Amino acid sequence: MSTTSTKPVAATDENKAGLSQGQIVRRRFLGNTAALISLVVFILILLIAYSSSGMFGLPGWWKYTHNGVNDLVNGGRPTLQLFPLGLGEHPFGQDRLGRDTFAQTMRGVQISVAVMFLIGLVGGAIGVVVGALSGYFRGWIETVLMRLTDVVIVIPLIIIAAVMGQVAGRAVGADVQPYFLGLFVGAVVWTGLARLVRAEFLSLREREFVDAARIAGASNARIIFKHILPNAVGVIIVSVTLSMSAAILLETSLSYIGMGVKAPDVSLGSLISQNQEAFQTRPWLFWWPGLFIVAICLCINFIGDGLRDAFDPRQKKFNAKKAKAAAVSAHPATGPTQTSGV
Amino acid sequence: MVTYIVRRLFTAVLILLGASFLVYQLTALSGDPLHDLRESNSPNKEQLIQQRIALLDLGTPAPIRYFGWLAGAAKCVIPFAGQCDLGYALNGQPVTEALGRAMGMTILLVTASAVLAIVIGVSLGIVTALRQYSGLDYGVTFMAFLFFSLPVFWVAVLLKEFGAIGFNNFLRDPHIPVSSILIIGLVSAAVWFVCAKGTYPRKLGMAGIGFLLAAAVMWGLSVTQWFKTPGLGLVVIVICGVGIAFGITLLAAGLKNRRALYAALISVGIGILVYFPIQPLLAQATGLMIFLLALATILVGLAVGWLMGGYDRRQSMNAAAMTSFLVGGLILLDRFMQAWPAYFNNGRINGRPIATIGSETPNLQGDFWVHGLDTFTHLLLPTIALLLISLASYSRYARSSMLEIMNMDYIRTARAKGLNERTVVMRHAFRNALIPIATIVAFDIGGLIGGAVITERVFAFAGMGQLFVQSLDRVDPNPVMGVFLITGILALVFNLVADLVYSALDPRVRVKA
Repeated sequence: MSTTSTKPVAATDENKAGLSQGQIVRRRFLGNTAALISLVVFILILLIAYSSSGMFGLPGWWKYTHNGVNDLVNGGRPTLQLFPLGLGEHPFGQDRLGRDTFAQTMRGVQISVAVMFLIGLVGGAIGVVVGALSGYFRGWIETVLMRLTDVVIVIPLIIIAAVMGQVAGRAVGADVQPYFLGLFVGAVVWTGLARLVRAEFLSLREREFVDAARIAGASNARIIFKHILPNAVGVIIVSVTLSMSAAILLETSLSYIGMGVKAPDVSLGSLISQNQEAFQTRPWLFWWPGLFIVAICLCINFIGDGLRDAFDPRQKKFNAKKAKAAAVSAHPATGPTQTSGV
Repeated sequence: MVTYIVRRLFTAVLILLGASFLVYQLTALSGDPLHDLRESNSPNKEQLIQQRIALLDLGTPAPIRYFGWLAGAAKCVIPFAGQCDLGYALNGQPVTEALGRAMGMTILLVTASAVLAIVIGVSLGIVTALRQYSGLDYGVTFMAFLFFSLPVFWVAVLLKEFGAIGFNNFLRDPHIPVSSILIIGLVSAAVWFVCAKGTYPRKLGMAGIGFLLAAAVMWGLSVTQWFKTPGLGLVVIVICGVGIAFGITLLAAGLKNRRALYAALISVGIGILVYFPIQPLLAQATGLMIFLLALATILVGLAVGWLMGGYDRRQSMNAAAMTSFLVGGLILLDRFMQAWPAYFNNGRINGRPIATIGSETPNLQGDFWVHGLDTFTHLLLPTIALLLISLASYSRYARSSMLEIMNMDYIRTARAKGLNERTVVMRHAFRNALIPIATIVAFDIGGLIGGAVITERVFAFAGMGQLFVQSLDRVDPNPVMGVFLITGILALVFNLVADLVYSALDPRVRVKA
């Protein structure tokens, strides 16, 4: 074999090399332009929001705080300009009291995103456990857990969340109140995921590999966590991601009607609620928080959609251009090896 | 089947009992119902507190008080006895009374948006599925994700600002500037470009037509001051009617079916013939009369289709009935527009018709048409807000359902045996794609009556959601329980209905007895 022929052979080997499920999913996800752009934008928003005003006791790079009162500059109008690019003194403007809207919005993003992740994680964890137990063990465990799910489902979600938010608001201090809200709301939004995971487990537990594992002497816990759960992980990740976009809308809505994050802390929803009367005089107070809600939610929806496509080969998009390019690159690769072999 | 339903209903009652107990305790936990009285300065404070404690039976602990409430609520099960007792609100009003009014308001609010969202969302979903990965598909998908991501309270404030205040200002002098005409024309051109099918030059040509059409219509509306005295007139009704006849026939029977086309056109002709004779009758319209007339249009259409005969009468009847119903709708719309100046210049309206809050103008004097317009202007903005939000999910469901069906083997078989595309899509695919959507719709309707809490709040609409949130704020358990009872029962019933509908529509699915 000549050295010239090894290169193309190596390339074909790479194309045919065994890929793990994780690698396949990652490649498909990274091939999805909309999802990738959304992921980058979302991470950028998070970086700016968490670094600007500081987190975990670390100082941020932005000079104002969300509740500090400053002198009105230029009547509180936004100083952000694109040509030439410059932030100015108050890029998003100021409210009537002179508080910096940029700092407020960033604080709102921090709180809203933290609550959103909490709701997603808590709801996801409970949903997976309830769904897995009822789907795997069946029998009376399934009956009890599914009736419990029905009870939680039948109470409209915003109603439960409102009562919980109310209780949390009175029970704990202002610092941790938003996180309590996230925990409580997460404790009631797991129902959809539980049903989904249960259905997945019901079909997976009848498969041969589960029988094989049981005959080999695996315990129930091992079968659930090592054998069945990894096969259901795609459904879970997609569902949790999409539930997060619903969670941020739910949290902002609750804060808007005054049952979510309470003053003195701010969330994107409570900022809009405070400032909607000022639409005529100070529209920027209203525009910025809303745009950030839409941007975050849109990013998460696209990421979730990209994950769904990546995990579910049935809905795989056929890309004619890529298929053609693959065919072209495969053809010359086989060419030289054959001639050098002859 | 009967055992299945009975068993499901029995579980539903148990679930409802458990959930209502939980909600009652949570509400009681959420705060102090005497809060406002404790802080008041009225001289008879003590007496007021005692009065409220007696009214709400606050002396007994909440878990026991729940059973008192349950005993009252249980009387509602006895039919026609009128003994329903859901307790009293803090202000002394019986909950049943408050609930009845709130439910009426909520139904008024959600009906139009639900119907529109289903019709528009499903059609968008079907069209995008048929043209997967086209510009139209990407455009609609992006819009669907965008609408998904919109917080309704934010949209509502924007709608109030631009849809109500801005539009009312515009109506003062309804003259559309050239720049706006150009922008609307460009938007229309973009829509036509995306919707058009075929090569680039063809798409560009369609975009040009779209631009000219929209710009011409806008210019015409501006020059004739149409917004001051709107109306369709017979000419526009004729043009639209013929267009509807062709469109409906294309979908329902195919243009090759001449009998169906003629039946649809004849029903348009009948509509135009009765346009003038019916005007005096419409002048003294009532709601019942409009309903009967709507029924009559459908019957006339069916009769025309039946009289056309042919070997497949049903197609002609369908096409003619739908066409005549829509033409009737056009005539109705025209009559409403005729009443516009009277409404616009009414002293209570004062030239600012689009309302931002409430459901009606108080003390408005006028006939059926003026009141109809009043309801319309009040419901317009909340309906748009709700529509945008729910439209997105229906279009996504319909799209994925239709895509799955279109990849089925029997669709390939239908094509292979030489059926035309219309028959394949409308008869074989569309009907089956609707099955999963029907269950989702049944599920959603159960949730709708619970009220759109945020929308009602923003538009100051005294519906179920508003009643619930306000009562919760005041730690007022009885109205909270009343709202919960209705939403809970509806959710469980429609859940059952969704399952039954599925098994009725899809014979492969059987309910477990």
